[in-house]
Amino acid sequence: MKNAIQIEKDSDNIVHLILDNPNGSANVMDADFQASLAHTVQQLQEQDFAGIIVRSAKKTFFAGGDLNSLYRVGKAEAGALFEQCESLKANLRWLETRGKPVVACINGAALGGGWELALACHQRIVIDDRTIKLGLPEVTLGLLPGGGGCVRLPRLLGIQTSLPYLLEGKQFSPKKALDKGLVHQLAANEAEMLEAARTFILANPACQQPWDVKGYRMPGGTPASPKLAQVLMAAPAMLKQKTRGCLPAPEAILATVVEGAQVNFDTATRIESRYFVELATGQIAKNMIGTFWSGLNAIKAGASLPDAELAKGITEPVGKVAVLGAGMMGAGIAYACAMKGCEVVLKDVSLEAAEHGKAYTEKSLRKRVAKGRSTEEKAAQILQRIHPTEDVRDLAGCGLVIEAVFEKRELKAQVTRETEAQIGADTIFASNTSTLPITGLAQASARPPNFIGLHFFSPAEKMPLVEIICGEQTSDETLARAFNFVLQIGKTPIIVNDSRGFFTSRVFGTYTNEGIAMLGEGVSPAAIENGAALAGFPVGPLAVSDEVSLILMGKIRSQTIADLQVNGETLSAHPADAIIDRMLEEGRAGKLAGGGFYDYPEDGPKHLWPGLGARFGNASTQPSLEDIKDRLLFIMAIESVRCLQENILRSVRDANIGSIFGIGYPPWTGGVLQFINQYGVRAFCQRAEALAEQYGERFTPPAMLVEYAEADRRFSD
Amino acid sequence: MTTEAFIYDAIRTPRGKGKHSGALHEVKPVSLLSGLLQALQQRNNLDTELVDDIVMGCVTPVGDQGADIAKTAALAAGWADDVAGVTLNRFCASGAEAVNLAAMKVRSGWEHLVVAGGIESMSRVPMGSDGGAWAMDPRTALDTDFVPQGIGADLIATLNGFSREDVDRFALHSQQKAAAAWQRGAFANSIVPVRDQNGLPILEHDELVRPDTSIAGLAALAPAFEFIGDLGFDQVTRTRYPQVEKIRHLHTAGNSSGIVDGAAALLLGSEAIGTRLGLQPRARVLATAVVGTDPTIMLTGPAPATRKALKLAGLSVDDIDLFEVNEAFASVVMHFQRKLGVPDEKVNVNGGAIAMGHPLGATGAMLIGTLLDELEARQLRRGLVTLCVGGGMGIATVIERV
Repeated sequence: MKNAIQIEKDSDNIVHLILDNPNGSANVMDADFQASLAHTVQQLQEQDFAGIIVRSAKKTFFAGGDLNSLYRVGKAEAGALFEQCESLKANLRWLETRGKPVVACINGAALGGGWELALACHQRIVIDDRTIKLGLPEVTLGLLPGGGGCVRLPRLLGIQTSLPYLLEGKQFSPKKALDKGLVHQLAANEAEMLEAARTFILANPACQQPWDVKGYRMPGGTPASPKLAQVLMAAPAMLKQKTRGCLPAPEAILATVVEGAQVNFDTATRIESRYFVELATGQIAKNMIGTFWSGLNAIKAGASLPDAELAKGITEPVGKVAVLGAGMMGAGIAYACAMKGCEVVLKDVSLEAAEHGKAYTEKSLRKRVAKGRSTEEKAAQILQRIHPTEDVRDLAGCGLVIEAVFEKRELKAQVTRETEAQIGADTIFASNTSTLPITGLAQASARPPNFIGLHFFSPAEKMPLVEIICGEQTSDETLARAFNFVLQIGKTPIIVNDSRGFFTSRVFGTYTNEGIAMLGEGVSPAAIENGAALAGFPVGPLAVSDEVSLILMGKIRSQTIADLQVNGETLSAHPADAIIDRMLEEGRAGKLAGGGFYDYPEDGPKHLWPGLGARFGNASTQPSLEDIKDRLLFIMAIESVRCLQENILRSVRDANIGSIFGIGYPPWTGGVLQFINQYGVRAFCQRAEALAEQYGERFTPPAMLVEYAEADRRFSD
Repeated sequence: MTTEAFIYDAIRTPRGKGKHSGALHEVKPVSLLSGLLQALQQRNNLDTELVDDIVMGCVTPVGDQGADIAKTAALAAGWADDVAGVTLNRFCASGAEAVNLAAMKVRSGWEHLVVAGGIESMSRVPMGSDGGAWAMDPRTALDTDFVPQGIGADLIATLNGFSREDVDRFALHSQQKAAAAWQRGAFANSIVPVRDQNGLPILEHDELVRPDTSIAGLAALAPAFEFIGDLGFDQVTRTRYPQVEKIRHLHTAGNSSGIVDGAAALLLGSEAIGTRLGLQPRARVLATAVVGTDPTIMLTGPAPATRKALKLAGLSVDDIDLFEVNEAFASVVMHFQRKLGVPDEKVNVNGGAIAMGHPLGATGAMLIGTLLDELEARQLRRGLVTLCVGGGMGIATVIERV
């Protein structure tokens, strides 16, 4: 064991437990910490002391659980993990029931296990710095707070008040924590904090947690109280509406809290450990930790770049960005960049059009201010950064140009030439095309090494992903600079190689097409949409097709056919094609056109178009819900394997992150390729073959998948 | 040859509105039941020592109704110490289950004279006050797709294409039939008015019936389950009914069963005990059945329970002269009729729980009494009682006049 807790005693006979992880820059609940805590308790048992101050020697207070080891723990280790959990909590319990005051001095972020450690202290003092984050984010990684958080927080705040912190992983600032009664004191600095701790200890020589005081009653009542019972009866249904039954963690948290509130503290602790072990050893936590923790961290560290050092060497941020085209995408991109401090030249063919694009940001900011999410002052600053223009000369001095004009090759080529005449030789020219191959577009460029694709998703100011597309001639430096820029504006970059539709649009197309194909087979439209929802997709394939517009879907197909023809190739027909054509014939092109698969009444919520049944029939035998869900999940995963096989995808992690952040693949899966891993590559292959037999050749496993299945190999980087 | 189970008597209290202002709210559940037991004893000049057991249904057997109210009421009624008592809970079928179990006891030959019935004072012990894991334990509720019954009723209506007017019209008929039945004294033989300790009457008729109900009045009522449906319960049903885009919430306080207080008691026994006591058998129990179906839609049990009971009795739907199908919600009965092809003129001819109320633990026993009265009045032979039951269960009892 390496010691992770230094013990010191000061002149007031106060013991200082100084958290100092010997293995890293932040304190985590790893094996060393747990052993150190046990050792500390052992030592303290033999000592006399006035009180305890728990503080950190790191920049942050405590980062939380040891995710790397949790990621590895399997079902076979359930017993050991349970014991480990229980023993950790027994030690924390010893500290809080010793009768001596224990004060947490929180100098920086206290998240997850760190916040749980603080909850086990009688007094929590935090430095008043709004960048300090506090809270229990376990649920976002498919886990629950297993260090007593589900036991102490409800006992502190009451069940109803505590649930949002636990179920949504909401983080909060020190000030908010004070308002909500989650901490007791704020301090201006470290010295003041320690002094406050000392004062508290000397003033409160005997200390008990509220829940250990005789006569304690849970705020808001226990589940047995009729008023709370009413609320709790609806809670599972309300939760399921959000999780669609796909996410075990929030469900387990609700169960832990309610079950734990009906028994004594120690029993509640044990119940929490059992649910924690179930989640931690379960597949979905692995999917989520692997992708949202390990995968995302690796992406941010530049693991997907051919040369991460090159990117790290470029330290200067992009100060001024040009956005060409002030339509919906251009306006959103301008807004996204301005929000993160970039000056933005927003150019369109007329000043009026450019102003119109800026007005989008203005309108949205006004809403934010009205809702109290921003201030007038901040909104004005952001707005001032956007400079609408019709004059191409205003583009001079931009570090990066993002072209977001209509998806027409000719137009894009013209804009490229016109722009390059104004900008510097090292300015990056990025196209926000969602389908057209970058290498082809770069033919219009005088400087193809500077030419790259930056595919934003709509609405650009909200969607977290940017797909970076490398053309054949795109230089590593251009890629590195574009990558840095995406991080600079607070988005997550994935990097793919060039091809039609790249990765995201291509795979997204299989989702909408599969849903539409089902409709053509006579599957109940409600069942298609419900199947998608119950698989965890945020929007059903029919609803999202309406959003995209069937006209656009038709155009992309025509463009593809035309492009392929040039090379003497043909596009194989998809069963969805005929349905889209029929809808277009019927004048039902989607939401903007006033109606598509759905009707959009002015006075109520949208609903499926009743005409669907008459046009496409209602098959007498309907597929199982499992088949509907699997068809959507599988077709996207299979297409992603094809992208990997064709070297369009450059890494598994980018595929996983891109599919969830960009095109709505369900988060519980850990992403398109992780879905295959967690299903079992062999089992996936067999199921795909069965789907191919029943629903069409598009499900036939690609060679790479078969190869992986035979070798019993998982998709990983 | 098996001993046959005969029904010798069937009585009930009138039903009072199940709220603080209801007439029976002042009557303790134990008094409601013990009063009825005393009436049963007097009507039949019963030597209570001869009664083997009292089986009483009660859905919320806690608080005032807790601790085996069947035995407590027997003691309070001054019945002999020899008489045993048991309280059972099969949700809304508890009263019917009590009768069915009594019939089984007699048919087994191990008991000879059994009182069966049920009690529910919904004004005193509100629905749900017994908690229970199905609704109240999140893990259980999540794993089993729990939704309240009203959502199931609306789902049945949605799946069957019933309109709001269809269900309201059904409710209107229930009111009209109940009012007419009361007017012509159809329940006179079975109703035992509730009296106080001085013999002063507290309630002599079903308090809930609204003879002046109109379609327009019913149409004006707000859907009762839309709010909780929107909270999330509607979406819970998607796993089992993905073909439903949106549940149409049609049920209201007007076309759902009323919340009331009330109790019922039947006297069942073998032929031998009847002869010995000089009692005239009124009907025999031909068959009983319970089934389980999808718990989420919850209320489709009556049709399969009926089929199962009829099969046991060797009868077909057409052999049954009258049906009592508990009017938990209008759609439940309409769905039952559609499933089995039962015409309106055979179903709930004297109205039902929509008009008169559904005292959960007692209703099944009340319906058996009501059915028997009407078979006698019409000189018909066979009748069947069926109820939808929580957890997706269904129950049926087939009786035949002797």
